Amino acid sequence: MKILVPIKRVVDPYAKVKALADGTGLDTAGLKFEINPFDEIAVEEAVRQKEKNPAIEITVVTIGGAECEEQLRKALAMGADKALLIETADVMDSPSVATELAAVAGELAPDVILMGKQATDDDCNQVGQMLAAKLNWPQATFASKLDLTNSSALVKRETDSGEETLELSLPAVVTTDLRLNEPRYIALPGIIKARSKPLERRAMLTQPKLLTRVTRYEAPPTRAAGRKVGSVDELVSVLRERGAF
Amino acid sequence: MSRLLLIAFDATEAENGAAFGQKLGLPWDVLCLSGDCSADLGAEKTFKSDRTCDDPADGLASGLLALVRGYSHIAAISSMRSKDVLARLAGLLNAAMVTDAIAIESPSLFKRPIIAGAVIATVEVLAEPVVITFRPAGFGSANRAGSSASESISLSFESTAKVVATTARGGSRPDLTQAKIIISGGRPLRDAETFERVLGSFADQVGGAVGATRAAVDSGIAANELQVGQTGKIVAPDLYIAAGVSGSTQHMAGIKDSKIIVAINKDPDAPIFEFADLGLVADLFEAVPAMQEKLK
Ligand SMILES: Cc1cc2nc3c(=O)[nH]c(=O)nc-3n(C[C@H](O)[C@H](O)[C@H](O)COP(=O)(O)OP(=O)(O)OC[C@H]3O[C@@H](n4cnc5c(N)ncnc54)[C@H](O)[C@@H]3O)c2cc1C
Ligand SMILES: Nc1ncnc2c1ncn2[C@@H]1O[C@H](COP(=O)(O)O)[C@@H](O)[C@H]1O
Repeated sequence: MKILVPIKRVVDPYAKVKALADGTGLDTAGLKFEINPFDEIAVEEAVRQKEKNPAIEITVVTIGGAECEEQLRKALAMGADKALLIETADVMDSPSVATELAAVAGELAPDVILMGKQATDDDCNQVGQMLAAKLNWPQATFASKLDLTNSSALVKRETDSGEETLELSLPAVVTTDLRLNEPRYIALPGIIKARSKPLERRAMLTQPKLLTRVTRYEAPPTRAAGRKVGSVDELVSVLRERGAF
Repeated sequence: MSRLLLIAFDATEAENGAAFGQKLGLPWDVLCLSGDCSADLGAEKTFKSDRTCDDPADGLASGLLALVRGYSHIAAISSMRSKDVLARLAGLLNAAMVTDAIAIESPSLFKRPIIAGAVIATVEVLAEPVVITFRPAGFGSANRAGSSASESISLSFESTAKVVATTARGGSRPDLTQAKIIISGGRPLRDAETFERVLGSFADQVGGAVGATRAAVDSGIAANELQVGQTGKIVAPDLYIAAGVSGSTQHMAGIKDSKIIVAINKDPDAPIFEFADLGLVADLFEAVPAMQEKLK
């Protein structure tokens, strides 16, 4: 059984990121980059499935610049078998990422594509569903539990009002939510040890045609500064004055 | 032809989404996937589906495909369900997509938050059709006017996924995305019983909903559908009371549109005090019961 895990390199999700003063981009100077946290959960899940079923082969793939090797190496250190770096300097939007990933899936023929529900930089929450549509595969988004057999996936997923369990026949796309697992910690020596695992670099198979582009980045409107109150009594009376209760 | 189809999963979404329809400035229709939506929302046509919409996303998206052809804009209020279905629909249409729009500059220019709301991006749509999910708080309430023609349609939802089980917790409290008052808590609430006893009773006293941080949900203190934030629900109540919440960027991303934010935290340097309109440095286990007593 083959699992394909698309991962994205994103700016450290705990860093304070600002727009550049001229509005043309983001100021990420000096900030760390990481595997998108939801993709790290996807890698972890694939590895846990492999621990249960050693016949599983895990390929991680990313579309981006040469610097993404760092994130692929980390995924290999976590336990993925192979990595594919689709090198491009092009600006991508979700449809172009989904189109390229669909071409990769066409070639590698995975049984499951396990990926993040959203990238914490663009917060789009689009690629997994678009990819599933392009491949005409069933999808289960926001997974919090995954049971795989050779022909089906049983996925518990988070919904607006609670949870639901879906049964999908494979091949299928599953996107991860926060509570699927807690990714293992990989120290630097582990990453260096994984250097012997195969990492292939190649160019895009498809030609990106942008359907959207960002024309401006700016700071969000700020809220007026608040104040501290001295006691519960004061808090309740201010709230009453403002008509909150 | 430029025309909007607003997809409403129920009648409340049609009402709450109508202001977006009116602000976009194009002729528009609304599809109500369950329940009856009012005829005075400003739409030209109201489609009523003969099927409810509990189907998995692949079935819903392919069922919608026939109806959405011919529209330049297809939009729905942001929710986990709309993101599941509409992004798949965008994939089927090879369409552009804008997630979580908060403002319309023109029918091809939208603003949306990125990086947990730390930055606002202006997104230009380069080709139609475009699929949009939007946060209703940015668009105010709709002017009630006109009378739209109603048409019943039959959609066929054929899904390859099978729903094996559903747990909808709901209960008697208002929905988080609709609530006027939200009492929200974080990790210090310890366990589900304490959360319910301390914050649940307060919410019930003031007719509010309860919300939680990711840390609280991850540690089993609160149910997953109560998570507020970047990757949870986006809320916009009149009053948001956060008790024992540190104020992470990811949590604040979900509450910025609240009218009044109150923070109760025992650490005077907690980041949440930078955002709160009213801050109280106190132990929540003393402050919350004291507030309840005062409000009796
Ligand atoms: C990809 C990603 C997505 C995320 N999405 C979300 C999201 O959607 N929503 C979300 O909330 N978080 C999200 N997070 C997590 C976020 O970064 C924080 O870890 C989380 O919000 C912290 O929760 P907390 O405030 O409950 O806990 P803590 O950070 O532990 O804070 C607890 C606070 O309670 C105070 N306190 C302790 N005891 C008391 C007491 N007795 N009385 C009063 N105050 C007390 C402490 O001073 C502290 O400030 C996400 C993180 C990542 C990486
Ligand atoms: N450049 C990329 N390369 C590989 N996978 C990606 C890329 N961009 C997005 N993805 C995948 O798509 C998911 C959803 O991203 P998004 O729709 O941008 O929020 C991510 O969690 C990744 O799994």
